[in-house]
Amino acid sequence: MSQPTDLPSFWSRLSLAFGAFFKTLGDAEFAARVRDDQIGPIAAPVAAPAPAPAPTPAPTPAPTAAPLRVATPDAALQLLSLLQREARLIDFANENITVYSDADIGAAARVVHEGCARVLREHFTIEPVRAELEGARLTLPEGFDAASVRLTGNVVGKAPFTGTLSHRGWRASKVSLPQLADKHDASIIAPAEVEL
Amino acid sequence: MSANFETANTARYAIGIDLGTTHSALSYVDLQASDGEKADQGVLPIPQLSGPGTVEALPLLPSFMYLPHPDELAQGELALPWTDGQAAPVVGEMARSRGAGTPIRLVSSAKSWLSHPGVDRRAAILPSDAPEEVDRVSPLAASTRYLEHIRNAWNAAHPEAPFDQQAVTVTIPASFDPVARELTAEAARDAGYHAPTLLEEPQAALYSWIQGSEGRWRKQVKAGDIVLVVDVGGGTSDFSLIAILEREGNLEPHRVAVGDHILLGGDNMDLALAHLVARKLQANGTQLDAWQMRALTYACRGAKEHLLADANATTWPIVVPSRGSKLIGGSIRTELTRDEVTAFITDGFFPRVEASARPAVRTRAGLTQLGLPYAQDAAVTRHLAAFLARQAGATAELEGFSGNVNPEHSFLHPTAVLFNGGVFKSDILARRVMDTINDWLYMEGSEPARMLEGADLDLAVARGAAYYGYARRGGGVRIRGGTARSYYVGVESSMPAIPGMEPPITALCVAPFGMEEGSELELPGQEFGLVVGEPVHFRFFGSTVRRQDRIGEVLEFWGPDELQELNEIQAELPFDARTPGDVVQVKLHALATEAGTLELIAVSREGQRWKVEFDVRATEQQ
Repeated sequence: MSQPTDLPSFWSRLSLAFGAFFKTLGDAEFAARVRDDQIGPIAAPVAAPAPAPAPTPAPTPAPTAAPLRVATPDAALQLLSLLQREARLIDFANENITVYSDADIGAAARVVHEGCARVLREHFTIEPVRAELEGARLTLPEGFDAASVRLTGNVVGKAPFTGTLSHRGWRASKVSLPQLADKHDASIIAPAEVEL
Repeated sequence: MSANFETANTARYAIGIDLGTTHSALSYVDLQASDGEKADQGVLPIPQLSGPGTVEALPLLPSFMYLPHPDELAQGELALPWTDGQAAPVVGEMARSRGAGTPIRLVSSAKSWLSHPGVDRRAAILPSDAPEEVDRVSPLAASTRYLEHIRNAWNAAHPEAPFDQQAVTVTIPASFDPVARELTAEAARDAGYHAPTLLEEPQAALYSWIQGSEGRWRKQVKAGDIVLVVDVGGGTSDFSLIAILEREGNLEPHRVAVGDHILLGGDNMDLALAHLVARKLQANGTQLDAWQMRALTYACRGAKEHLLADANATTWPIVVPSRGSKLIGGSIRTELTRDEVTAFITDGFFPRVEASARPAVRTRAGLTQLGLPYAQDAAVTRHLAAFLARQAGATAELEGFSGNVNPEHSFLHPTAVLFNGGVFKSDILARRVMDTINDWLYMEGSEPARMLEGADLDLAVARGAAYYGYARRGGGVRIRGGTARSYYVGVESSMPAIPGMEPPITALCVAPFGMEEGSELELPGQEFGLVVGEPVHFRFFGSTVRRQDRIGEVLEFWGPDELQELNEIQAELPFDARTPGDVVQVKLHALATEAGTLELIAVSREGQRWKVEFDVRATEQQ
């Protein structure tokens, strides 16, 4: 990575990313800002799914049957539950990482990374918004989709705009969250476990 | 069979179901959209519980069933899209993940139990280590639940084409004996399947390969080829030999031999690695509990797949997550090295052995626990060597091959190998098997065998089964061969009794090798007098090597490996037909059914027919 040294380190970014993730989930105003201003944490891999389902709870396209309701407000909780089950994300984010060595954190991060990747792979189809390589020069014609391309820097004049692609962007082309039973309480992200 | 013709006319789809030891899957061919070797095929995502109250559609249905405690789960949490809010049996992903924490309520490997001749397959015996209060299920019932779930999933997805009206094929290991085949067909019927057809898995794998090649298979194999199918699944290893004949200018695959039932698969390999890592951890003072052990097995599978896929990786980290919420502090980190994987998997399960190597057989201790009869030798290559040696003469009687049989060959020389099963996603393992076989061939002066490329290792069996349903309707190539065993009943020979010695028995051939589906043969000459209402038991034998025995032939002697004793058969004439105590003279008929099972029928002089039943209860091993 060719990052200038004054930028936050990986672990700080990870924790920033989780912070932003939960703030987006829990704080509607913050979520709205993320949506409008794009101050969202896009770079951290684990937090990537957050902007997609949380601010705009997309209706699940899965076929509905009588006893199963379409997951709408529950979708965010459902995603959290998946990320906890597969990636132990809530356990990880709620732990105070300052007391552990990078080796310990790294070991746990493997569980988190592998699980997050699995959740993303199994429940979303995520593809780059732009097919060009990062660093490539490209021209945006008049009437380009401002929602999928964000202009930064010297934004003046009229389209067509020519610039350098700094991030390819991500688009969730398909979301398939599990269907929920009618009485299922989605607020239980992970049940307590009691061994008998 | 009228039922088959009925579905033949109305079926829109040919459905293939892989009823696996660890996973099941459904594939289908749209008959209307298919033509010749271009079959329009799909895989049905199967909705299943992935957790309480959550339903996900996944391509595979784990073949597990969980028997929850009455207080464990709320009723509404177990509903499926087709149960109208009612609780359904817990099968699939949630059964597997729940069962990992509570194994005493988890039914697993039902398929292996269904083919276990030492237990009553209709008795509620699973899970075998469940405490008293758990309502156990029979191997037959568990298999029925999986098949039922798949049927319901199809009906939910295709209301316009009801399952019962489609042509359904269910796969079985080639090594299944007539009882296990019959029980699988029975489970399918119990699950509401209309007229299911059975297909051997290695054949299904070859069908899938033929279909996947889109006609190019004719360039990859030629007349005179002998294809060895090596299928190592999650729980079983299954071998078959398929010879390629040329008839009237067309290539025709003939299945000429099947292997023994070997309970040895990918799961054994993961478990072996997990125990290795657990011992390493123990040496460092870390003791794993049962829950962590299962997490470790899961992690080992991932590490194994990475190390076996990437020849340059030397180690792969393994993390056993903590059970509590302290993930960073509580997780255990270790690693698996290439040397360990090589020693335990490549050399442990696939050692480079001589062609003369044979699996080690330990004599079982006097009191064996009631469990699955797992293979005692873990080396797949040794089982393979034994299989090829036993089948050295398999093609001797086959047209176009008889000239090729060399009496100096100590084993049958395959010319091509087709792999199936997730284990062979690893190039290293596929290559190891190829190298081993080619060493054997080189030592006897034969050309190396080639590996048939392009097999779909996970879904080939389901896909091939669907394609078979299509091929049966005249749409594509069919594998011929008929039954892969000859069958015998034991007849006591008339000899004066010698104290302390069992009277010697002779074996009467009642069904010859290679009976084509739908054919029926009468046992000539012999008539049996059956007493109405009194069951008669016969000892029953099968042979995978005695191809030349004709029906009615009597064997006085046979080699130690030639005949295997199967479960007894039982003939009983019901009261409704005659007066109890009457003696009825019957002749025995053998019928290879269209469905892929073997039936023995007692036929009276007046033409009345009674089915001779296989005894599915434990045979007492003398």
